[in-house]
Amino acid sequence: MKLAPLVRKILLVDLIKGLKVTFHYQPPSEAITEQYPLERPVIFERFRGQPRLNSNPDTGESLCIVCNLCALACPEQLIVVKGERNPATKRKEVVSWTYDVSRCMFCGLCEEACSTDALELTQDYEMALYSREGMVLDQAALERGPEPVKYAK
Amino acid sequence: MSERTDYLDLDTKDETFLDATELVLNMGPQHPSTHGVLRVILKLDGEKVLGTECVIGYLHRGVEKIAENRTYAMFNPYVDRMDYVAAVSNGLGYCEAVEKLLSVEAPPRAQYIRVILTELCRIASHQVWLGTHALDIGAITPLFYCFRDREEVLKIFEKYCGARLTTHAFRIGGCIYEAYEGFEQDCKKFCDAFLPKLDEYEELLTTNRIWVERTKGVGILNPEDCIALGVTGPVLRASGVKWDLRKAQPYESYKDFDFMIPTGLHGDTYDRYLVRIEEMRQAARIIRQAVDGLPQGPIMAMVPKVIKPPVGEVYHSIEAPKGELGYFIVSDASTQPYRIRVRPPSFVNLQALDKMVRGLLVADVVAVIGTLDIVLGEVDR
Repeated sequence: MKLAPLVRKILLVDLIKGLKVTFHYQPPSEAITEQYPLERPVIFERFRGQPRLNSNPDTGESLCIVCNLCALACPEQLIVVKGERNPATKRKEVVSWTYDVSRCMFCGLCEEACSTDALELTQDYEMALYSREGMVLDQAALERGPEPVKYAK
Repeated sequence: MSERTDYLDLDTKDETFLDATELVLNMGPQHPSTHGVLRVILKLDGEKVLGTECVIGYLHRGVEKIAENRTYAMFNPYVDRMDYVAAVSNGLGYCEAVEKLLSVEAPPRAQYIRVILTELCRIASHQVWLGTHALDIGAITPLFYCFRDREEVLKIFEKYCGARLTTHAFRIGGCIYEAYEGFEQDCKKFCDAFLPKLDEYEELLTTNRIWVERTKGVGILNPEDCIALGVTGPVLRASGVKWDLRKAQPYESYKDFDFMIPTGLHGDTYDRYLVRIEEMRQAARIIRQAVDGLPQGPIMAMVPKVIKPPVGEVYHSIEAPKGELGYFIVSDASTQPYRIRVRPPSFVNLQALDKMVRGLLVADVVAVIGTLDIVLGEVDR
């Protein structure tokens, strides 16, 4: 055996080099763990989470014009929109609107297809439930939007 | 009453399974180091492996069949779920294949954004590989560091397209998302911070005696076998074959960038480790160049709203982090593909397992599965 590798071996140079790296990350300031749920991660604007149906903030009317584009764009066909033409205003109005979150893969195609900014995937990510009931959202639930749970010590 | 013993053959010694020279052992599908649900049937002589047989299909979801009743745009999110460690690369391959079928080309700005994200994805994929591969062999520390640094890549993905893992970042004809404010700075900051971290991984492993003993000379694959088996990616390059689709058949804007293809000399597990480490450095180099040269302009080509490609078929392959990822699409001029066949790198590379582990010990099988860098979502589709 050559001398240099032998000396390295005896003096445990490589081991000490590796340990230097691990000990460098020992101080608590180097810890990167987030103490969820007390500490919340930063969610960025484009995040695709719980869906929401937006309504006009001035009048409170739904922005959905029942064009059915979201339902056609959805790869899982989990959006069902039913509408009827209102003879008074000559506009289509929503009769029923359901969104099956349990089958959703949050690809964002519905949001892109929406022609009026009515359907939006929000930044809420806490959608876990104890049962499958309540995963099919109706219009009221979608307009209410996500209701994040507040945790406190 | 005397006991009957005439039916017992007491003279000849029974051979029990302990005396047998060959032993068949099931490894997986619930084995942590098979990186998913891979079942390997091992034929052993003591600790020595005489032969292997891979049983796959535990994660089969019929992605290719799903494609036949989805439109071209709808199928895009599903490809992310094949190689879920490198979802962006999958999306790139699919979008480019359909673009080739439609004979459109993404605008330059979209191409640069695609390259940046794909190379970031390569780094993230190699980090997962390094972490889990080192963990399999016994070094637990790199796993934490790799996943800590991978988080930065995932944050860029989340800021850019709104998802961390199954990104659905690209669309047919370009990108739908414009680079967010601070995208360039984020990428550069990541590259600057990442290279010293990569040196740290190397300090932990490259000269570490246990690592060297466990990887050097293990799972040797010579270039002839590699080519005969169709092995691609870092596994092929570690055997000394300089074959990288980014250079051999430049797609996107890869011809604009200056980067090197690292190759190995011996084709063993240690060489594959070095090749992938160097690939991460080269990926960071490409990201820097692409960010510096990011052109202005549109990010989406003129693509009809309803995609109806002409009758025909197309094969397009890209260099995914694991090897050549190809899409073969047959169009019958309807809105849905007639057939999509995916050529996944992991599936083809897995074939080499038997050749690599013959004559090695059981513990080396774990190292070889790790070095092949397979993702079972892609093997089974």
